[in-house]
Amino acid sequence: MREITFREAIREALIEEMERDPTVFILGESVAERGGVYQVTKGILDRFGKDRIIEMPISESGFVGAGVGAALLGTRPVVDLMFDDFLPLAMDHIVNHAAKMRYMYGGKASVPMVIRTFFGAGGSWGCSHSQSLEAWFVHCPGLKVVMPSTPADAKGLLKSAIRDDDPVLFFEHRLLYAMQGEIPEGEYTIPLGQADVKRKGRDVTVVATAMMVYKALEASVELSKEDIEIEVIDPRSLVPLDCETLMDSVKKTGRLLIVHEACKTGGIGGEIAAIAAKEAFGYLDAPIERIGAPDIPVPFSPPLENYYLPKKEDIVATVRRMLS
Amino acid sequence: MQKKDSKKKSKGGLKDADLIAMYRFMVLTREFEMRVAQIYSQKGLPELPHSCIGEEAIGVGSCYGLRKDDYVLPSLRGRSVILTKGVSPSILMAGIYGKVTGPSKGKWTAHHMGDFENGILAGSLIIGSQFPIAVGAGLAFKVKKTDQVCLCYFGDGASNRGDFHEGLNLAAILKLPVIFICENNLYAIDMHVERSMLIKDIALRAQGYGMPGKTIDGNDVLKVYHTVQEAVERARRGEGPTLIECKTYRLRPHCERYQEDRPKEELEYWWGQCPLKRFKECLFHRKILDNTKKQQIEAEVKEEMNRAVKFAEESPFPQPEEIFEDVYTHGVIKEGRLCVR
Repeated sequence: MREITFREAIREALIEEMERDPTVFILGESVAERGGVYQVTKGILDRFGKDRIIEMPISESGFVGAGVGAALLGTRPVVDLMFDDFLPLAMDHIVNHAAKMRYMYGGKASVPMVIRTFFGAGGSWGCSHSQSLEAWFVHCPGLKVVMPSTPADAKGLLKSAIRDDDPVLFFEHRLLYAMQGEIPEGEYTIPLGQADVKRKGRDVTVVATAMMVYKALEASVELSKEDIEIEVIDPRSLVPLDCETLMDSVKKTGRLLIVHEACKTGGIGGEIAAIAAKEAFGYLDAPIERIGAPDIPVPFSPPLENYYLPKKEDIVATVRRMLS
Repeated sequence: MQKKDSKKKSKGGLKDADLIAMYRFMVLTREFEMRVAQIYSQKGLPELPHSCIGEEAIGVGSCYGLRKDDYVLPSLRGRSVILTKGVSPSILMAGIYGKVTGPSKGKWTAHHMGDFENGILAGSLIIGSQFPIAVGAGLAFKVKKTDQVCLCYFGDGASNRGDFHEGLNLAAILKLPVIFICENNLYAIDMHVERSMLIKDIALRAQGYGMPGKTIDGNDVLKVYHTVQEAVERARRGEGPTLIECKTYRLRPHCERYQEDRPKEELEYWWGQCPLKRFKECLFHRKILDNTKKQQIEAEVKEEMNRAVKFAEESPFPQPEEIFEDVYTHGVIKEGRLCVR
């Protein structure tokens, strides 16, 4: 096993897929010479030239729409959208076009496009540069939504997303880019729609995404000292959602907590809770709990932002309450 | 529609047989739209018709001479584009009826249909959203190193959208083979173009992107043909996009059933400028068309339209459970959500 960063894992996936398929190309702002805000695409220009990594002006609606058109006509664009807060600028092309084109052509079209975007709070970037908007896209039929938490998952899932014939929103938490992790040797992919059990446990099922997977794992260490063993599951893709793995775990533990950084109301946690309330109703020993940010804009000042974000302590306290 | 191989040559590379074929497409579009309006008023149709009557010369003139593998992205008034690009009137009519034999098997309205066989990109009913999609088609041709072109149609109203700006600028800086064709019919539903912008010609906007912009008589089918062909050749040579503004007028309301109050004198003036009438006069004058030939074409088109309506009426509707198909390429919709296992 090698150890690489989340950033390098994404880059490896892009390079491998661009080498494998000449129709894969990258579009985005500051992606070529600079290599992106977080240097994820650094070096790709030298390797593939400017026709495969195309620098875009500030025209998010324009180049996301262009990605849809290019994908319809037999290429596989990977659109780099920087901040997920820019997604609203391109919403028409994502929601009205990418998601629906296959239906509009009666199944004769596909839109094999990936939109890579980074998200999340924690660095005083302010309320229009820190949001977690994944749930908006879960609510739009025709799209797939991926949110990895480890370098190995990021690489395998991005490779699958690029090969997928449907449009995929690929959410990368910006605080994960520098994180190191073990990665399998050689070629591999991870199919969309397969959750991963990050820690086995018997007492409470904790479903967590992106940064919250790490908060849950930190919480598990503390809870373990009290002989409480939580099972931490990362769904990895929200559409398709691996209900079976999630529900198998809930049926085993009898308790479910969902943790995400996005604000709670309308978040993916509510959907998973509703599924569990139906599928695992007879197995539940406690009310289903959710942890998410409050329904307020992401604040700017560090103490405010820190107070806003869901923390390990919230998970520990909630799990204790669920077992009391 | 590719050009005919007739020996008799006319000016600008169009042979007599081409001119007759173009005239036939204009008659077909007019007859198609009249039939749709008639059926709609008599018994209703799932699709609310947005007729292109009065604007037929733009679609016919711009698509005639395109290759089968060239693409078009029609505006909401795109019937002449769709028919000239080669879609069968029967399939198109079945789409308007919402039948399973239509272009999308009943999943989407036919006036924004897509069809890869005939090089037609689907539109979304979001006015002015087509520019970036057409730019993407041009980008795909560039990435795949082909010499195809994409024609992107839009009305005067759409040219006020932000995507017009983003799309045209992208096409220009990337030198993409996209031709932007404005069907300026003076009205965005009710708003006159003099109230929606302070410039006289939309083609002026091309200057802002460093691309050629031309304003032409959109009711002159041959003028449209030659202007578009010139832009197409330029695009195929890799010299980038062109904006062509075709001045025209819709002779029907924005859509059927829509009550409107455009001035009577204005309508009368533009009926005098009817593109079908003008092309007929031109062909009579050049002795390419006479009454016998004209009546023969009209009879053939009427017969073709009878077959189309019969096909649409006799075709079955899709089955309700087909709604779950054609959403994703793999997996099934189970309990209302995507399941891949």
